[in-house]
Amino acid sequence: MQDEPTPVELTKSVADFLRSDITPLISGHQAFKLRVAINILDLVTRQLTQEQGSDSEEVERLRALLGIDGSVTDLNRTLADRIARGELNLATPGLAEHLWATTMDKLAVDQPNYASYKRELSRDG
Amino acid sequence: MIEAQLSRSVARWCEGATGVTGAAKLSGGASQETWRFDIVHPDGPIGAILRRSPKGYGAAPTRAAGLGAEAQLMQLAYEAGVPSPRVMHVLTAVDDLGTGFIMQRVEGETIARKILRDDEFAAVRPHLARQIGGVLAGLHRLPLDKQPELRRMTAAKEIGEFERDYRSLNWPKPVFELALRWLRDNDPGPSAEETLVHGDFRNGNLIIGADGVRAVLDWELAHLGDPMEDLGWVCVNSWRFGEIDKPVGGFGSREELFAGYEAAGRKVDPARVKFWEVMGTLRWGIMCGGMMQRFREGPDHSMERAMIGRRASETEIDLLRLLAPRGS
Repeated sequence: MQDEPTPVELTKSVADFLRSDITPLISGHQAFKLRVAINILDLVTRQLTQEQGSDSEEVERLRALLGIDGSVTDLNRTLADRIARGELNLATPGLAEHLWATTMDKLAVDQPNYASYKRELSRDG
Repeated sequence: MIEAQLSRSVARWCEGATGVTGAAKLSGGASQETWRFDIVHPDGPIGAILRRSPKGYGAAPTRAAGLGAEAQLMQLAYEAGVPSPRVMHVLTAVDDLGTGFIMQRVEGETIARKILRDDEFAAVRPHLARQIGGVLAGLHRLPLDKQPELRRMTAAKEIGEFERDYRSLNWPKPVFELALRWLRDNDPGPSAEETLVHGDFRNGNLIIGADGVRAVLDWELAHLGDPMEDLGWVCVNSWRFGEIDKPVGGFGSREELFAGYEAAGRKVDPARVKFWEVMGTLRWGIMCGGMMQRFREGPDHSMERAMIGRRASETEIDLLRLLAPRGS
């Protein structure tokens, strides 16, 4: 077991430092790059916080859909292959629901401000 | 350095020009650069743009039409009254500037978010979707016999290329697989009419002023194919920049776009447009994957490129909204 602070706490502290202390000091293209850097750290923080939970739910759905067990990567590969072969399609019970749930979990990490995501989130709420 | 070469060049083909000032690089990768500069002239400065591949970068990537073709198309568009910059000079060896061309600088805005939000454009925004329809109709009517040789594309060929690009990423994405299946199952076949297709006509590649569209830029993906491709691509959600209920670049409705296109005497096939919108959404998603690959393999190890890799999921949600919409 590793010591603390946790990776989430450490990453957050760097992001907060860049945001509050460095942002006011720079401008132009470097300021743009700094915003990208902060966005990356925020994304990493979200992934560290959410990935475990969303992956285990995804694996559970994939086992039910595919009838096999495996890692989240292996199961996704199998699902991709079966869709490519036409064995699974939107008429397959549970497939659309699974793809929606998985995609929403990705957007929650990647781009939580993306307008389509916010629209779909309000539908869930 | 570049000002000296530009000064010698303009003196040769721009009567009265005595030099250039203010050369500044606007954008540039390894193989292609865009510069702005002013031509010094007794009648007052002339704003100009240089598009070039520096020496040693003559070969265009396979999908690109090449700078020579781009210059020819822009000039053809300009002459036909399609908003486009006037091409002033095509570079030759004696210019010592690489390959490319110099065009008149058109003032206005290209940054999509500014066009969608700034007050300066508030009055023209509601008219842009229809205006874009008219511009596309003009573009699709450009005479084929005067055009440079361009690659011919069909939906089936394009789907094949997507599939190859996607598989080469070794990046299993069930939503992309679903989209590939849907595209194969719904391919409307070759278009009865083949026209020039711009290939990257979207918010971000248009110079907009308070009076509307002033110029269509970035013709490098031009090809021959189904004109409905351009109408579908301009509607892809990624180019709405948050204005998701206004499909045409965040400006307005498909109906307005279609009305502008038909008012200019051309016919719309809405089912084909929808098909190409799905194609375009997947196309941008696979391009995001390509950015991830280029980041990972080294040629461009920038944070920006890395983050574009994480935008593929945006196209996944948009594909689901198109192919498996949830109850409204």
